[in-house]
Amino acid sequence: MSQLIRNVKDFWTGVIYIAFGFVAIIISRDYGMGTAVKMGPAYFPTILSVLLILIGVISLVRSFIKQGSPVGAFAFKGLILITISIILFGFIVRGAGLIIALPVLVIVSSYASSRFRWQYSLLLAAGLTVFCILIFQKALGVPLPILGSWFGQ
Amino acid sequence: MELIANIGLGFATALTPVNLLYCLAGVFLGTLIGVLPGLGPTATIAMLLPVTFTLPPVSALIMLAGIYYGSQYGGSTTSILVNVPGEAASVVTTLDGYQMALQGRAGVALTTAAVGSFFAGTVATLLIALFASPMAAIALKFGPAEFFSLIVLGLLAAIVLSRGSLLHAIGMVVLGLLLGLVGADVNTGAQRFTFGVPQLADGIGFVVVAMGMFGIAEIIRNLEQEDNCAAMVSKITGLMPTREDWKRMVAPILRGTAIGSALGILPGSGSILGAFAAYAIEKKVSKHGKEFGTGAIEGVAAPESANNAGAQTSFIPMLTLGIPSNPVMALMIGAMIIQGIQPGPSVITEQPALFWGIVVSMWIGNLFLIILNLPLIGIWVRMVCVPYHYLFPAILVFCGVGVFSLNNTEFDIYLMALFGLLGYVFVKLDCEPAPMLLAFILGPLMEEYMRRALLLSRGDPMIFLERPISATLLALGMLAIVAASLPMFYKKREEAFRE
Repeated sequence: MSQLIRNVKDFWTGVIYIAFGFVAIIISRDYGMGTAVKMGPAYFPTILSVLLILIGVISLVRSFIKQGSPVGAFAFKGLILITISIILFGFIVRGAGLIIALPVLVIVSSYASSRFRWQYSLLLAAGLTVFCILIFQKALGVPLPILGSWFGQ
Repeated sequence: MELIANIGLGFATALTPVNLLYCLAGVFLGTLIGVLPGLGPTATIAMLLPVTFTLPPVSALIMLAGIYYGSQYGGSTTSILVNVPGEAASVVTTLDGYQMALQGRAGVALTTAAVGSFFAGTVATLLIALFASPMAAIALKFGPAEFFSLIVLGLLAAIVLSRGSLLHAIGMVVLGLLLGLVGADVNTGAQRFTFGVPQLADGIGFVVVAMGMFGIAEIIRNLEQEDNCAAMVSKITGLMPTREDWKRMVAPILRGTAIGSALGILPGSGSILGAFAAYAIEKKVSKHGKEFGTGAIEGVAAPESANNAGAQTSFIPMLTLGIPSNPVMALMIGAMIIQGIQPGPSVITEQPALFWGIVVSMWIGNLFLIILNLPLIGIWVRMVCVPYHYLFPAILVFCGVGVFSLNNTEFDIYLMALFGLLGYVFVKLDCEPAPMLLAFILGPLMEEYMRRALLLSRGDPMIFLERPISATLLALGMLAIVAASLPMFYKKREEAFRE
């Protein structure tokens, strides 16, 4: 398999484009196609999806023909921790409020760095939380929950 | 003279204390964030957009424009001081700028960049003032077919100018258009691709996409290898160029401004193409061409003037046609729509104070850049070396709070994380996010114009080729794509981006 694919980047790009295209086409089937004069909601998306699949197929075919460079290592630690920290933030921001959600975001995400130190991370979390509350809540007047609903606010 | 009256109106709008303050704040914040490692103009503007939403429209746009050229100047500063271009347009500045810094002439290089940018900014502002009204008048005659073809041209140009594989870039544009269609269909009200999620009924927020693809994905990529600020920051001694330096920078600044202004107006371009072209041309025509790459002052003056001129003239299609020519302008369009302004040729006539206020504020912003940046250079130098492990949690915090504050929904936060992941995967696969963001904003517009055009022609697609302006625009786009895929040009393009 790996010998067959000469360009891994082209291969996966093709796969992703084809996948997106197919999903879009299948979903679009539920909408009206209409005619060129009176286009239904499915008309333009269907054209685009077909185009995307076509590009995906070309990329896929090319991946077996033309030599390419390898993808390179993924930063899995960063990828996972950053994503988790953002999702966690979204999960608790309304319930716990910024005063807890922001430190969680900062500490979990900064653990992704190889230079992570607890004491600095805590300090950074405290500083950024105060700064954010001052800027967004006080200066700009954006209504954000400082203390969330879990605390009976 | 109408022009003088218009500029007078602009000054009256831009010189109010509030707007002056926001202009100053924009330039300051833009530079501050622009000099930070790993943050280009697109990410900077996406991050700061939520801050401007509470302001009145004129102030918000003045501030955003300030952020844009501030962050661009910040990018040039890092190019010169530490050999790290903050963004694509200042890549060429590293060639001679950093060499000058190594020779202890960092201060002179920075002054050259500032003077060149200011001059270019002044000329470009005048150009906008001169050409905006005629352009808008022409645009008012445009029918849906012309607008459709213009969008196609813009997208094709963005594809040609993106780095990496041409094929991947085309795919990114199509994918962007498709993602732009998520939400309610304007004509029929049908919910498309919403998966029954009510938060998607109004479509995916462009700030969410921009923050995810440019902010979050960039953080993950930077975490692959954390550099210390290993490149030592050169000491800045004299800021003042010598008499000889002044003499040598005049012609390159003039040429750079001309090239940058002309190329900036082109769709899909903005400041990048101008900077590259100005450097290449200067290298050929300059008496000191042989010194290029070893710290020639011309190699800083020309591209720096060009990229600032291009940054400003790229406002022309955005303000007069309502068609963004690069991702930054796409974000500007998005900001205008959120502020309740429908971008397009009618903005000049319907909201003259807003339009001329923005134009004049650009010149004031450039003035701020030069009087702010040179004295404050000590601060910027220190910002260049902020360790990344302190910086990225701060970016995350700003993105998180900003995106949540937009619609007050957690869903946007999750979506941002998703686009971050997607963006990182695409970066790894050599698929550039910039054309996608542009297409994402243009998707609904493109569909709307296509619908209207085909309604007029009773479904005959030949309308796009029968109308002369539309046909010319399409032909130009095809020409660009064909030229870029020819083996001869293809090699040139690869070389240009490698440099």
